[in-house]
Amino acid sequence: MATNTTTQSQTAKAPFPPFQGETFPSQIFWLVLCFVALYVLLSRVALPRLGGVIAARNAKIENDLETANRAKNESEAAQASYEKALADARAKAQALASESQAKAAAEADAQRKQLEAGLKTKLDAAEAQIASTKTAAMSNVRGIAVDTAGLIVERLTGKAPAKQSVERAVDAALH
Amino acid sequence: MAADPIAQFQIKKIMTLGHIGPYEIALTNSAVFMIAAVIFIVGGIMLAGRNVIPGRVQSLAEITYEFVAGTVRSTAGNEGMKFFPLVFSLFTFILVLNMFGMIPGFFTVMSHIAITGALAALVILTVIIYGIYKNGFKFFKLFWPSGVPMFVMPLIVVIEILSFLSRPLSLSVRLFANMLAGHITLKVFASFIGLLATSLGVAGWLVGILPFSMLIALTALEFLVAFLQAYVFTILTCLYLNDAIHPGH
Repeated sequence: MATNTTTQSQTAKAPFPPFQGETFPSQIFWLVLCFVALYVLLSRVALPRLGGVIAARNAKIENDLETANRAKNESEAAQASYEKALADARAKAQALASESQAKAAAEADAQRKQLEAGLKTKLDAAEAQIASTKTAAMSNVRGIAVDTAGLIVERLTGKAPAKQSVERAVDAALH
Repeated sequence: MAADPIAQFQIKKIMTLGHIGPYEIALTNSAVFMIAAVIFIVGGIMLAGRNVIPGRVQSLAEITYEFVAGTVRSTAGNEGMKFFPLVFSLFTFILVLNMFGMIPGFFTVMSHIAITGALAALVILTVIIYGIYKNGFKFFKLFWPSGVPMFVMPLIVVIEILSFLSRPLSLSVRLFANMLAGHITLKVFASFIGLLATSLGVAGWLVGILPFSMLIALTALEFLVAFLQAYVFTILTCLYLNDAIHPGH
């Protein structure tokens, strides 16, 4: 208790601590020592290290962005070339399809024409045969008609008509 | 209970180391905190990782680095970056010591005019020496602003010289007075609580809530002041260095 009161009275008598001149040399001494140490350690070791990390990060980010950009451009180019190839292939396929279609059509046409020509010759031949058969038949009909007419007239009149007059009458009836 | 609000600023001798001339050099509580601050700052940066994606300590170190670098670059230009280590040292030294001072029972080194005065002297001497070294006689154009009519020039020159001379004073007193006054206020409000409790009993404890809530608000304010004063000292240092780099407005 006694020491407590003495220290209190001492501090009461003592000047305001920041203005106690006898503490200044020690304060300045330690300030100089500490601040110089701080400055040297920071400027020589700590700040270059910290700045290096930040610079390395910025460089890495820039580098990564550049790489990403390049990759993006590359993928865009690849996409464009893919689309071009696709369009080319499609055009080629279309050309091929239309070409083969035209070829097939032409072939079919030629075949049809050939078939038609064959059919026509067959038809003509048939028609000619029909015509010849018809004339042949017609001449047979005349003979039969003349004979029949002669026989009918003979049966009716009892007398055979002249062959020439019967033929004349049949011809007149036939034409 | 009602402790002397000034007692916290008492420099306590731990051991006497020796004498320089008539002056006694001693290891004191102030010295211990300065050494601790240096170890804290340098250790913090050296222990921080070097990862691309930073952890907490590394983030804090990098944010501080970029904050100070941004301040120097924006006020003193790219040429001012040669003073970056000095400005960074000043800012972190003052900030860490002010923050140490916010821890109850810790000593506030920046509440002593000898320290703030020495730091201000360091800044002003750097400005004058570098200014004259870099610009020679042109450095004195600092006191001779261009575009001022001749008849008011004597007045302007006197004002400029006075303002230049007041710089170390305002630089040191601002920091010292802010830290001192803030810590006295905290101590006074804190001792009110004890005073009320011992003199009024239970009612005192209840009324003590008032100074206690005030103390909480003031503590938050003091944290702001601790940072702000470090920043103000830093930015003024940058402005003065800018004068040394580019004199003549």
